[in-house]
Amino acid sequence: MAETTTTPTAVHPSEAPGVAREQLVLNNRSMSWVSNRICGIVENRQPFIWWVLFVPSVFLFSCLIFTLVYLVSTGVGVWGTNQPVSWGWAIVNFVFWIGIGHAGTLISAILFLTRQKWRTSVNRASEAMTLIAVICAGIFPGFHVGRFWMVWFLAPVPNANAIWQNFKSPLLWDVFAVSTSFIVSVIFWYIGLIPDLATLRDRAKKKLGKMLYGFFALGWRGGNRQWRHYEMAYLLLAALSTPLVLSVHSVVSFDFATSVVPGWHTTIFPPYFVAGAVFGGFAMVLTLMLPVRKLYGLEDLITAKHVDNMAKIILLTGTIVGYAYIMELFISYYAGNQFETDAFHMRILSGPYTWAYYCMFFCNVIAPQVFWFHWCRHNLWVVFLVVNIVNVGMWFERFVIIPTTLARDFLPGQWGYYSPSWVEKLMFLGTFGLFLMLFLLFIRFLPVIAMSEVKGVLPESDPHFPAWRKLREKRRLAASSAK
Amino acid sequence: MSTSSSQTNGLFGYVAQFATSADLYHAAEEVRDAGFTRWDVHTPYPVHGMDHAMGLKKSWLSVVVLAGGIAGAFTALALQFFTQVMLYPTVVQDKPTNLFTIPAFFPVTFELTILLAAFATLFGLLIFIMLPRWNHPLFNSPLFAKFSDDAFLLVIEARDAKFKAEQTRSFLSEIGAGDIEEVKF
Repeated sequence: MAETTTTPTAVHPSEAPGVAREQLVLNNRSMSWVSNRICGIVENRQPFIWWVLFVPSVFLFSCLIFTLVYLVSTGVGVWGTNQPVSWGWAIVNFVFWIGIGHAGTLISAILFLTRQKWRTSVNRASEAMTLIAVICAGIFPGFHVGRFWMVWFLAPVPNANAIWQNFKSPLLWDVFAVSTSFIVSVIFWYIGLIPDLATLRDRAKKKLGKMLYGFFALGWRGGNRQWRHYEMAYLLLAALSTPLVLSVHSVVSFDFATSVVPGWHTTIFPPYFVAGAVFGGFAMVLTLMLPVRKLYGLEDLITAKHVDNMAKIILLTGTIVGYAYIMELFISYYAGNQFETDAFHMRILSGPYTWAYYCMFFCNVIAPQVFWFHWCRHNLWVVFLVVNIVNVGMWFERFVIIPTTLARDFLPGQWGYYSPSWVEKLMFLGTFGLFLMLFLLFIRFLPVIAMSEVKGVLPESDPHFPAWRKLREKRRLAASSAK
Repeated sequence: MSTSSSQTNGLFGYVAQFATSADLYHAAEEVRDAGFTRWDVHTPYPVHGMDHAMGLKKSWLSVVVLAGGIAGAFTALALQFFTQVMLYPTVVQDKPTNLFTIPAFFPVTFELTILLAAFATLFGLLIFIMLPRWNHPLFNSPLFAKFSDDAFLLVIEARDAKFKAEQTRSFLSEIGAGDIEEVKF
């Protein structure tokens, strides 16, 4: 465009030495390579390992159905919850799964607004992970009410006794927050899918494929008159989802923070939970993406740089979580509230669950510190090991927060102990089955990477890029002929 | 209407393929300057700066979304205030059931604002881009199907006032098109 008016020293940022960024897509892959590789996952036969994972996940899912039916038909007594620990594994699992769901929305929304182009390789799968995690999470509050057939009382309509809900209760805020998060994530994910569904539609050979992909692609034609509204919609949804990431897990933390129990009644909970959710969510994204990129040959799209960036985010949020743990301990010592001091003394030294606390501390604070080292971030086995340790640690964090605190509240006469029954254990395993099953189905039928977005960040996608190449060549020739 | 002659011979328009996004960008500027109105570029991803090259203004979807958000905030506040304070004052732990209850309504109001804004985004988008529309003459063209893969296409419709079959075809060749295909209804 600007052939002669730029200064002789101006260089395009993508090519300046020392500033040039690593390629987002390696090996100079073309757009059609991207389409072929990603659509190929859907169009070709699945690798054998897909079946090796799918069949057990369906089995575990059926165990989940069995435990849910058993719970509703027999009663909440089949669980290990009691007084004082009335919230056990069910709520721990709920917060665990919801927390995992936050990484997807963060990658889709916040990394979009901060112009992190590397998000394009991971946003589709992590948003799918979010949706599936929220489905797994939603099972627990729904079924932990005991009388499941009355769970519609949570909807904002008068209940069977013509009484409205208590909108001042955090339990109801939760209903709105989680439902909104799920619906907005579905909308965002679907809008992102439309151009890719059009790609699958245009490549589909079989009638059923053409019909289904064509139906859900809504007749997308990729015209710029459509793209400009689409880009506006995408930007607005990213802007809407950003406060959602921050608010939903804060509202979940309000379930605990608005109570009076020592160890729960603290204002640190909202930022602590949100940081923990992002932390655990990114760990789960890597847990899924590292095998997927290997199995389906996506290393040129989900590169070492992507893994590096995600490891750094895990390090950052893990350190924030560690800071929150230390601050809780300090404030319990310093604040002068005897109940708070005793609650934390029992958590770390004298209570029945101190093993859980140290497990949590090691997994969440100590283990991710290896990511300070470049070698550790780039050795995929180390990364895979550490992110799984983080997954375990984040579950333990919720365990330490919930049953540990309830087991030791104000009156010693009230103190108790909680251990989960087989029904709770099987139900939790069953949700992993549901999660894996739905994720495998997502890989099987939908494009696991956002093709149109990746094409948009390839170097050749910029209409001004070839002009810079030619200009630089011209200048180099001019400089060498002038010598 | 100048469309009658093209309608009778069933011509929808031309699809022209360009080699790179830069070529398409420059071609779009030429088509814009030539005064065409019923035309579009079809790409696998949104090309940076193409709105300017086509002479298009910004999208007003944002207003629709704002309206949705305001509706959400209003609905949530009205719902909660009406049910908790007016219809049946819900006293919980002796907390007030009057105007001072409003801070407790914030989380639900916030979430419902976002929810209705998101619905406005989805339905507003679908209305603005006039989808779903599963049937369109362009789907008859095998060249057009490549837009979703890696092709950069420019489509000029026959019903445009400046469209003249042979001249438009040669104009497209002049501005750098490779393949040019006729699309019939």
